[in-house]
This record gives sequence, structure tokens and C-alpha cells, in this order.
Amino acid sequence: MAFQEIKLYQTGTFVAGNRLLDPDQRSVQARTGRSNTLTSGHRACRGCGEALGARYVLDAAMRATDGRLVAVNSTGCLEVFSTPYPESSWQLPWLHSLFGNGPAVAAGVAAALKARGLDDVRVVGQAGDGGTVDIGFGCLSGMFERNDDVLFVCYDNEGYMNTGVQRSGATPPAASTANTKALGDQPGNVFGQGKSVPLIAMAHEIPYVATATVAELRDLEAKVEKAMTFRGARYLHVFVPCPLGWGADSADTIRLARLAKESGIFPVFEAEAGEVTAVSRIRRQVPVEDYLRPQRRYAHLFGDHPRPDLVARIQDRADRNIARFGLLPEGDE
Amino acid sequence: MRSQVEGSQAVARAVTLCRPQVIAAYPISPQTHIVESLSDRVRTGELAGCEYLMVESEFGALSACIGASGAGARAYTATSSQGLLFMAEALFNASGLGLPIVMTLANRAIGAPINIWNDHSDSMAMRDSGWIQLFAESNQEAVDLHVQAFRLAESLSVPVMVCMDGFVLTHAFEEVDLPTQEQVDAFLPPLVPQQLLDPDDPVTIGAMVGPEAFTEVKYLMHVKQMAALDELPVIAAEFRAAFGRSSGGLVKPYRTDDAETVVVALGSVLGTIEDVVDTMRDEGHCVGALGITCFRPWPAAEVREALAHATRVVVVERAFAVGAGGIVGQNVRDATRGLPLEAYDVVAGLGGRPVTRASLRRLLDDVLAERLDPTALHFLDLDHALVQRELERSRHGHRPGPHAENMLRALGTVASGAYE
Repeated sequence: MAFQEIKLYQTGTFVAGNRLLDPDQRSVQARTGRSNTLTSGHRACRGCGEALGARYVLDAAMRATDGRLVAVNSTGCLEVFSTPYPESSWQLPWLHSLFGNGPAVAAGVAAALKARGLDDVRVVGQAGDGGTVDIGFGCLSGMFERNDDVLFVCYDNEGYMNTGVQRSGATPPAASTANTKALGDQPGNVFGQGKSVPLIAMAHEIPYVATATVAELRDLEAKVEKAMTFRGARYLHVFVPCPLGWGADSADTIRLARLAKESGIFPVFEAEAGEVTAVSRIRRQVPVEDYLRPQRRYAHLFGDHPRPDLVARIQDRADRNIARFGLLPEGDE
Repeated sequence: MRSQVEGSQAVARAVTLCRPQVIAAYPISPQTHIVESLSDRVRTGELAGCEYLMVESEFGALSACIGASGAGARAYTATSSQGLLFMAEALFNASGLGLPIVMTLANRAIGAPINIWNDHSDSMAMRDSGWIQLFAESNQEAVDLHVQAFRLAESLSVPVMVCMDGFVLTHAFEEVDLPTQEQVDAFLPPLVPQQLLDPDDPVTIGAMVGPEAFTEVKYLMHVKQMAALDELPVIAAEFRAAFGRSSGGLVKPYRTDDAETVVVALGSVLGTIEDVVDTMRDEGHCVGALGITCFRPWPAAEVREALAHATRVVVVERAFAVGAGGIVGQNVRDATRGLPLEAYDVVAGLGGRPVTRASLRRLLDDVLAERLDPTALHFLDLDHALVQRELERSRHGHRPGPHAENMLRALGTVASGAYE
């Protein structure tokens, strides 16, 4: 990791206070000069992980580019809650075109900036998981393959939340959504489906791929800053809990993101040119059940007719991530 | 400079002279020669300062142009047929955002059945997408319309589609007078964007608009499109002054002054129609032709004026609204409401079927002799026997199978071009 790591276990939160850091290591958000790129007053739900993630990503990108930044946004929650006409929460040049074309629009912006000789102005594309892993996937793969100078950020809340919580290609197995309800023998989303776009991005051998969660915001900021040191296509996949879609307490957004990482459900890693270069190890491993229980979308696994068999299958998936990426705490592997 | 050149090469040269800064394109016949040629020109440096994106789809192509245009670059793409339909969502988006993108549409039929040959089904399907649609009659006009299209697009901040008949024009070698760089530079100033993604002056483009202002935003789109009806003749006049030839404008009346019967059409078929008009004039028939250069916005006043003294109008169109009738015909009826004239809708030249002088002559003879029913939709050179045979099969067969294959089998042919 590029940033100064401080383990502060006594707070029980793993959160390192800024005052313990060297001034030049302090969080972008802690600086008075932060850009407030996504400013207050927007209409995201209470506890929205995506709003939190977007704020950290863009402020870090603004710092890394000295404010020379353009954002392209696919249709989705982030676009809707930030720009109900005639209001806008964006304090940077921002373009929304369609649901499925964000990566192509961002590539066009990058091409225009290059043609106009504005090499110092950089481009961030952003979308939810629907706009990234499903409807925008063709354009995303094209942008990767051409190595266009775009950082594309997926805020993954594991479903189509803006349209009423339907399943996406990023919805995990067993999760109940509006079209994968907890009905029948195999309640919730089907096992054996879905895709990992970070791994697919790596297969394109683009300069930089990283995953992050909103539980570790310094890590998220550091990855954005690192991403902006590369030219070419870069991909950042941010795990952002959705209180509404997941049936979780608004106060649990950060906790759930942390549990996803600590259980191995969501592997946090970095890759360059197709090779994994760093992983964020689990600090204190927790069973997936700790992550699943607080979420109503998994309530059918623990109710009157509990499904320990399905919980075990989810644990298997987490264990596979742990083995695949080497996520166990140092000394435990 | 005059040269014998393929239509696609001429258009690629014209686009090059317009100095686009971003080109994003995806291959589809019959547009391919244009974007291939532009790729060459970017690589050799003939078209300097241009980023060429070889995208993964037509949807990506127009989307990249949307981003490029929003970021202040002159953006261009070209497509045909299915490619235009694949762009559909982005077409409406580009016009809704008011981005001055220019596109060449090499007109081609839309499947199924899949067919690579020329008709106007593609542009007509997207006629209400908010793009200005200009139709070239010849390769010379295609070249000239591109130069004018960038001017028009950028003066109104609306996207413009230059339609040219696939193969008939794109692949035809004929003499074209290609302008010089100096001429085009003098005619087409550098782009001054009306909205721009600029870190020094950040704006939000593409905000969500609800019922409180959606109608007004759409109304403004209409106002801007209608402004093109004033702007286009001005640009065409300036073009004539600068380049010494007439191209573009809204409509092209041909011997309509005292014409009782006027044929209305778009695109390359006009040449054939004008030949037929000449022949019939020589025989004493009062016929004329009206070419529609600008189909969107619809030049209702100019069409009405050109048809004011006609008693019959024959609309020859290379597309139709399935289950409804003629598309151009419907617009002509709108424009001529209240005038004492009979309008005939004739679908011709679908999927590359040639529209011959002989067929047009038969059609006009039928019209003049009042053998054609003005209330019906007519299909020029339709093989009625073939259709009847297939309908009969459908009525009696338990599983009659796919129509297209059945009809080809009945014809004893497996490729287009074997018609009579």
C-alpha cells in the first residue's frame, strides 16, 4: 500500500484517526481544500454507500489531477439522486448520456481532450453495477481493449436499486431481490451465475485494476490516486452497501462493507497488467453468517425454515476467494 | 479539383477537409469504404489532429461521439441500416443534448430478411430521432452536403445526418469536384461549442428533467430544428457563392412550374425520375419532379409552394410504414392540406431493387390514365404472383415455414439480383 498503515485495534473499528498520520498522508476528505465534488443536498438515501464512495473517489481524483477532471456518469441511482433538474450536486464538469454507454462516452471525452491538446485534463467514468457488468459491459470491454485513457469506477451495490431492487449480473447467490424472491426450493438469486468484472478487466491486461470498499476509505482514496498515475484504461470496483436494496440498517453501511471484506465475500486487491500485485488481507476473519444476518435480503436463510445448506454454499464461495487471493491474515495461511 | 472517384472516397475526403477531431466508427456495409478511407487519412497525417476510435459497436460509436462533442471536439461517425438502429437510443440522446455531431448514413435496407442493398428504411425509421436529415442526389451533392452539414450542425448545435444511397452512390465512381482545404476552411470556421465540459467552468450536462420542464426542453428542440429551415437555404446560398455550384437547400423542384403531375422523391432515384420527366415533357405531358433534400425538419411551406399548381402528386419512396402506408406521402399530404390534388403513395426500390425508367414510365402512364387508386398503397414492380403463391401456402400448410426462404425457392434463386 502506498499510504501509511496504522493498526488501531483498541477502538474496535480499525479506523485510524487522521491525527495519527503525517500531514501529507492525511485523508483527502480531512483536508480543508477538498473539492466537495459531490456536494451536499443530493437526494441519496440515508446511509447510501454509493454516495459515500463517489464522494471519496471523485475528491481523491480531483486532488490527484489538481482539479483537472471530467466525469461521465451512466444512468442509475448516482445520476438520479445527484441531478434532479434544475439542481446539480456536481462541482466538476459532468456528463450523463445513457445507461449502457458510459464507458464509450468517457472514451469519447478522453479522445476529444487528447485531440484538443488538453493532456492535463483526465476522465473518470462511473456507473452502478447494472451499468457496468450488464448493460454497459460491451462498451466497457471495448474501452478496456482499446486502452482508452479513462478510469472507470463501478459502485457495486449488487442490483438494480434505482428501478426497484432487481437482480443484476453482480447480485450474489441466495440474495432476495424483486425478481429473485425468496420463493421455492432455491430461494433468492440462483447459485452458479454472475460474473466478476475485476477479473474480466484483468483479462484485458489493462494497466490497473483494483477493488475497494467503503469500509476502508483511505485505501479507496489511495487506489484512486494510484489509478491516476497511470495512463490508459483503469478499473476500480467499489463495494457499496445499499440499505434500501439489501434491507439493512442505514447505520450499518460501513459495517457491512467491512464484514464483506473480513468474511472473504468481497476480495480487496490490486492488479497491474493482468497480474495481482497486492491484496488487503483479512484482519479478523468472520463467518459469512455475520455478514448475511443483518441483511433482510438473506432473511430467508435464517428464519423459521433456516437454510444452513445455502449458508454453507455461500461460505464455500468466501473460502474460495480467500484461497484464490490469499486473503488470510498474515501468519494464518 | 475534378476527379473520377468512388463516392465513399469523395465523402471521406470531404469529411477530412472539415477537420473532425474525433471519429468513432464501426464497420457495416455499405458505409465501410468511408471509414476505412478516413482511417488511412488519419494514419498518413492527411487528417491531422484527429483521434480515431475503432469501437465495439455502432452504439459505442455514437456514444463516443457524444462524449467527444460534449468535450468540445468536432465529432463524426458513419453507419448504415442495422447500425443506425443499434444507435437508436444514442441518436435520441445526442439530439436531446443538442450536440452538433455529423454522421454519414449510407442508406441500406433493414432486416429481416437481412439485405445489404439500398433503400431508405434506416433513415426513415429514425426520422423522429431529432436529427436533421439531408439526402444527397449525387456524389457531388454528398460531398457538398457534408461541408454544409458541419456548418449547420454547429450553428444550431443539433446533430445532422447526411443520407446517401448505399452502393448506388457510395460505391459509384463518377466525376466529383472536390473542394480545396482553403475553400472549406473559409466556409467552415473551427467549432465553438455551445456547451462544454470544462474544468475551469464546470457544468452538468444530461440532468434528469421531470414534468415541470420536459415539455419545454423538447419544445426548444423543435424550435431549433425548425430554425434549420431558415438556416439551410442561407448556408446553401453561401455555399453557392463560395464554391460556384448549387447544392443542398430544402427542396429541388424540377420542371414543376406548370406541372400538373409531380413526382416527389429523395436521393439518387431523382436522376432517373428527371430523365423520365424530360422524356414525357418532350411528348407533351405536363409533369415535373420535386426532390426533397431536407427531410427533417420537414420543409412543409416549400413543398406546398412547389405543389401549389399540381393536380396529382406521386410520392415514390424507398421505405414504408408497415401496416400504415407511405411515410414521405403522409408528410406531403400534411404539407398540401386543403389543396385540390390527389396524392399517390408508391413504394419502390426496396432492398436494392432498381427503380428503372421503364417502371417509372409505366407508373406515370397509369397515374395519368387514372388507372391507379389514390387511396391504396402501391408497390412498384411487385411480383403479385409470388406473393399470392406464398399466401396460398400459408393458408394451407400446417407449418408453412419461413416466408423469405419459401419465396426464394419459388423464384428458383438464392441471391438477389436475379429479378427481372
